[in-house]
Amino acid sequence: MLRRFDVHRVTSVAEAVELRRRYGEDAAVYAGGTELLLAMKMGVARWPHLIDVKSIASLGKVSATKDALRIGATVTHWMLERDPQVARTLPAFARLEANVANVRVRAAGTLAGNLAFAEPHADPPAMLIALSARVILEGSAGQRSLPVSELITGMYQTAIADDEIIVAIEVPLPARDARAAYVKFQILERPSVGVAAVASVRDGRFVGAPTVVVGAVDEMPRPVPTAQFAGADAREAGTREALAEAAQAAVEPTADLAGSVDYKRHLVRVFAERAVASLVTQAS
Amino acid sequence: MGRRDIRLELNGGDRRVEVEDQMLLVELVRSLGLVGTKVSCDTQVCGACTVLLDGRPVSSCTTLAIEADGKSVETIEGLANGTKLHPLQEAFIDRFAFQCGYCTPGMIVSAKALLDERPHPDAAEVRHWMEGNICRCTGYQTIVDAVLDAADQTASTR
Repeated sequence: MLRRFDVHRVTSVAEAVELRRRYGEDAAVYAGGTELLLAMKMGVARWPHLIDVKSIASLGKVSATKDALRIGATVTHWMLERDPQVARTLPAFARLEANVANVRVRAAGTLAGNLAFAEPHADPPAMLIALSARVILEGSAGQRSLPVSELITGMYQTAIADDEIIVAIEVPLPARDARAAYVKFQILERPSVGVAAVASVRDGRFVGAPTVVVGAVDEMPRPVPTAQFAGADAREAGTREALAEAAQAAVEPTADLAGSVDYKRHLVRVFAERAVASLVTQAS
Repeated sequence: MGRRDIRLELNGGDRRVEVEDQMLLVELVRSLGLVGTKVSCDTQVCGACTVLLDGRPVSSCTTLAIEADGKSVETIEGLANGTKLHPLQEAFIDRFAFQCGYCTPGMIVSAKALLDERPHPDAAEVRHWMEGNICRCTGYQTIVDAVLDAADQTASTR
């Protein structure tokens, strides 16, 4: 049972921005509703106006530019899980999408909504940060592009301005020899921990430093400092263990129903090691 | 605004209803007498409220009724053809794939969406697809068996 609200169906980004300006904090952007309606049902959030962006045709597509995949703001996890371009160019991300929450959440929920809600227990943010993805925001002052790492500023907190909406997510196409992995541990619908790792590996060694981002255990995704691992031998167990320790040191886990601080720290170590190991074992 | 007329295809029949914006899809279908769709967790975790919206499984407890405007909605009541049960319903009976039965409508509706998209899933695909449907009587093995049986059944009648 939900308290009364009005849904405004808009067909252009300009209309959505105008309503954001008009209603300010009394309105929320609405697409899949998988996070929004839950929060409203639980009574932790209330908006008298929902701006439904699903009828904005330009936001509903996945398209390839020369060097990036552009994912429109109303593209659902379901679509990403099945999109041949995503499977071909970002296979690890496609697998991640196929394992977000459950099939019903994937059918309705959008990637942009997942980012905009900034729920800490989420899969895509860590991976998108590891892949250097950016969000395209549009507001009264026009468009701007922001790295996903700067979009999420805390638990349920983002850098999206009051009059802005996400119009797309752009994921750069990885280098030819780049490998990516996302491994997680999860009970029910949300990950307890998720570790994303991206690196180019040649002759068993990292080309430059690997990128490792830990998601879901902390208030927001945490990039792991990895500069010291530039050129390190990824086949060496010692390298992977040292990276796992660095991942463990990079987080301040939040204790919740998914586990205590110590338990989550332990999980981070185990799953960071697995993520890096997966980069090594993947066929190039 | 606030209230609107929507038109949907509900279990194959054309329906026009007036709904308020905040009405949930599960409230709509149950108010129309289709009480096979259950509310349980109310948080999209358990799957008891699963219906198909344009063929895709959604949690009707967390979907607004207005989303059905111009679309098809299929509930558990829409599966049988008269008195002839759907192969999934037959398979759930044959395999004793339920005990209390509360999760069963959601299980069957969700499985139907799987078989509509992938008529010959293997056991791993069935498990992955159905992992968002929870059975407190813990009959998962028989549920997976029933879905695989129904897939065979559907294939052999083609």
